[in-house]
Amino acid sequence: MDRQIYLDNAATTKVSGTVLEAMLPYFSEYYGNASSIYGLGAKSKEAISKSREILAGTLGAKENEIYFTAGGSEADNWAIKAAAEAYASKGKHIITSKIEHHAVLHTCQYLERQGYEVSYIDVDERGIVKLDELKKAIRPDTVLISIMFANNEIGTIQPIKEIGQIAREHGILFHTDAVQAYGQIPIQVDECCIDMLSASGHKLCGPKGVGFLYIRKGVKIRSFIHGGAQERKRRAGTENVPGIVGLGVAAWEAVDTMQERAERETALRDYLIGRVLAEIPYTRLNGDAKKRLPNNANFSFQFIEGESLLIMLDMEGISGSSGSACTSGSLDPSHVLLAIGLPHEIAHGSLRLTLGADTTKEDLDYVVEKTKQIVERLRSMSPLYEDFVKKSGKNRE
Amino acid sequence: MYSEKVMDHFQNPRNVGEIENASGVGTVGNAKCGDIMRIYLDIDEAGVIRDVKFKTFGCGAAVATSSMATELVKGKTVQEALQVTNKAVMEALDGLPPVKVHCSLLAEEAIHAALWDYAEKNGIKIEGLTKPKSDIHEGEEEEEEEY
Repeated sequence: MDRQIYLDNAATTKVSGTVLEAMLPYFSEYYGNASSIYGLGAKSKEAISKSREILAGTLGAKENEIYFTAGGSEADNWAIKAAAEAYASKGKHIITSKIEHHAVLHTCQYLERQGYEVSYIDVDERGIVKLDELKKAIRPDTVLISIMFANNEIGTIQPIKEIGQIAREHGILFHTDAVQAYGQIPIQVDECCIDMLSASGHKLCGPKGVGFLYIRKGVKIRSFIHGGAQERKRRAGTENVPGIVGLGVAAWEAVDTMQERAERETALRDYLIGRVLAEIPYTRLNGDAKKRLPNNANFSFQFIEGESLLIMLDMEGISGSSGSACTSGSLDPSHVLLAIGLPHEIAHGSLRLTLGADTTKEDLDYVVEKTKQIVERLRSMSPLYEDFVKKSGKNRE
Repeated sequence: MYSEKVMDHFQNPRNVGEIENASGVGTVGNAKCGDIMRIYLDIDEAGVIRDVKFKTFGCGAAVATSSMATELVKGKTVQEALQVTNKAVMEALDGLPPVKVHCSLLAEEAIHAALWDYAEKNGIKIEGLTKPKSDIHEGEEEEEEEY
């Protein structure tokens, strides 16, 4: 099998050629420590400033509001833990949603063990946070609302502007995990009243191991990594200069090409969704049909299990992912699919396909054909399908 | 993550299907946990398993262990089939990743459930066979370390 079709761009992306080229000199040519006084150090410092300027520009933020981290998870951990600590005297209540990434959920659970209270807001069947529930959850001691910009599994885009306004009206800090959304859809921090925002490099054709946290000027959150004076004394450690350069170039490219990519990928996504739903029976689309990331499709195929499906797709050269328990290392399927109300057995049979800039219609035609064959094959082996067929046969008699 | 044997039995599972008027049928597992196995046995008057078929909803390991379990009991007597343990299934597959060991337990239970059904249908008692649990995950707890 020579054909390779990568449809897991929500997991990670291929570093683009221009990003790689921009990074390379900063490994062995301009390798100076940005804190050093000599010219080689200044070269690194300059590159970091340039990236910071680009990132700030993409969000409508100021340069001194961008703090580089080692990725999205670190940014989430920092935002939530440090804000909780800094505002503890005001209160120890945090609001988040049931469909957050584990970097947010597990951080909140950690804080619960430290004596904080956390409200986990429900989402509707499309995966959109219930705003009335959010409003009801607000208490005098609520210090932080953390809601993701777009979901990593089902791609649902949240009403971030409304959530930001609610937080602002109540004088509560608002953090958003924008790891999936950043570079895919337009984000302006002022318009959405965002106080903190996490993003990651490797989701937008940038390198792994680098991300950033936007912190609005005036927000009092402390250092997460203590040490040197890097990042305005808020995030110590010698800067990952090649990574930061790569992140900057990747972000610039992502925003520069955003509109045309979004149009192209939305059309391809809808083509894929349309064909799969029309041609494979007992299949549902998870998430909202319209309010979703341009590159995200997430299906549930009844009567089959996701890991089997992934292995068989892999044998055909297709890379996707699933919310089944077997792929999560636990007995429970994805918390996101359960939160949108799917029964366990349907959540186990999910498939996420996330498109990239190089995905073609021909790729998707191949994927639909293979998926159709594999789903049929797995159903022919499934006792659940056997029971279903017998039952519906009886009903017809 | 899987051995070549597991991949072989997953890609080319042996004995998939149903047996009409089977001597015994056993279904174990539950959809909630993501795996269900059903085994059909055709047992002749001498107590020999003439044919065996399976259907499985589950991961790669669940399919492979079902397939291997059917191979191991085919042509065996009821008593011999009872000796096919989850360990034997795992060894025959050159091992399973630790998180997938429960699949082999499920395969063992499915064979036992089918034998139990056969015994009940025929009003006989199979020595050494106890009523199988329908859900092998009962009482199982997820291991999670908190830091």
